[in-house]
Amino acid sequence: MPEPVILVRNLAKRYGKTVAVADVSLQVQEGEIFGLIGPNGAGKTTTMECLEGLRRPDSGTMTVLGLDPHRDAGALRHRIGVQHQEAQLQKRIKVREAVELWASLYDQARVADVDTLLERLGLTPRRNARFMTLSGGQKQRLFIALALIHQPELVFLDELTTGLDPQARRAIWELVRDIRARGTTVLLTTHLMEEAERLCDRVAIIEHGRTIEVGTPAELVRRHCPQRRVIYTTEEDGGGERRHELSGEGDDFVTEVIHRIARDGTRVHGFRTEMPTLEDVFLKLTGHALRD
Amino acid sequence: MLKGLLKLSWIETKIFMREPMGVVGTLFMPVVFFLIMARFLRGVPHPVAPMGRLAFNATILSSLLIVLGAVQSLIAIMAIYREGGILKRLRATPLAPVTILSAHVLVKLVLTLTSFLLLVLAGRRAMPGALPENMVGFAGAVLLGTLGILGLGFLVASLVPTARFAQPLGAVVFYPMLALSGLFFPVARMPLGLRVVANALPTTHAVSLMRGTYEGATWSAQWGSVAALVAIFAVCLVLATRWFRWE
Repeated sequence: MPEPVILVRNLAKRYGKTVAVADVSLQVQEGEIFGLIGPNGAGKTTTMECLEGLRRPDSGTMTVLGLDPHRDAGALRHRIGVQHQEAQLQKRIKVREAVELWASLYDQARVADVDTLLERLGLTPRRNARFMTLSGGQKQRLFIALALIHQPELVFLDELTTGLDPQARRAIWELVRDIRARGTTVLLTTHLMEEAERLCDRVAIIEHGRTIEVGTPAELVRRHCPQRRVIYTTEEDGGGERRHELSGEGDDFVTEVIHRIARDGTRVHGFRTEMPTLEDVFLKLTGHALRD
Repeated sequence: MLKGLLKLSWIETKIFMREPMGVVGTLFMPVVFFLIMARFLRGVPHPVAPMGRLAFNATILSSLLIVLGAVQSLIAIMAIYREGGILKRLRATPLAPVTILSAHVLVKLVLTLTSFLLLVLAGRRAMPGALPENMVGFAGAVLLGTLGILGLGFLVASLVPTARFAQPLGAVVFYPMLALSGLFFPVARMPLGLRVVANALPTTHAVSLMRGTYEGATWSAQWGSVAALVAIFAVCLVLATRWFRWE
């Protein structure tokens, strides 16, 4: 296996008496979209800020792109892109000005062309708009532009779609997939299970500052919630419809149902399967639902 | 990181100019204040010298208002930027923390100089006798005074908890300093306790340096005030960088 882009072992960080991160361990491979998922206050952001070199952990080891985030903070800043949750920009700065400012801070050989980047993020029509006049989705796209301007090898995206409407959220997901398609590794945090399921290659579930599970969304569902439900409707002899509901466990269950229907020669009008989601996995592992 | 410093300073200047209230308050208010005083003074008989002590005080008071406006604005900006996470965002870039803070000092120095130039232009017409002969030396005194007071401003900015507190706290700290500066009442005639406090404040030394320069003294003859301003700036800077909170 190649050297992981991020390697964290037994990370812990407390503020006074409050334990923000108790024990987080994970590995992120090159080219992945990796999600830290869990409720607000679980320690996702603190973990991320330790990896960005903004906070010094109390204990544990971590390497990011082979560097020590704290000791090599200067070198790391040129190779990572960072989007902070709830961090704003100057109210009256213009979109293009902000991207130009960020462009001037990095190694010029690596910096992307400002106008090309604005175009890619759909910000060209708003390039002369002041920050305070942007919509939530436009602000997030600008923040992504600032995180990508120096073509980093790894980007950190913290609660990128919180507060956005579904349409804007989907547009952001497309952008994140595009970032990965260009070879950049993505570490993101989210408390939206749907987002994690649709966007992330692998996720770590964090609860009370601990990683309680790591894996692909499908793996986690298979491991912890093997229940499957098949619902289908059949034509009755005397006309009319009958609804059937079957529950079982494991991947073979659905196949078995299909075989049985085929063997019986039943005429089926409707057929669908219901599978548990990451939301159900979370509920099972933590005993409570995610609070939005 | 000179490029980053200049780029950030330039953008911060442009942003500042887009805020109408800020521009009026810091750039023009002291000039307007000066012109109003000049208007009053025109009718006052002045037995002493060309314009007398009042004109002299009007010039220095207006200059001080320019400086205090800059400091107030600095404190407010730092508090707002901290609260909005702007400082945090900048800090995740390769910009050195000291560069981020220096850019704001640079912007304020340039604005102070601009405002002072406006004052000179206005003063030339409205109150010719009131302006100092050694204009360059006096401008230098204003800038050095600004630096000393900005240092204290940074210290306050490091400690201000929220943006809402920034304005009132700035006012509470800086306007009493005017009263103790020796501008209205000679420091030498203050009771001992107040005299000690007054001598620890940058405004007192700024007034002293401005007054000396106004009256024709060279900087080398006023090394005490110059040294005090530099020392206050240095001490405040060391404390401010130690206590500065980025978020």
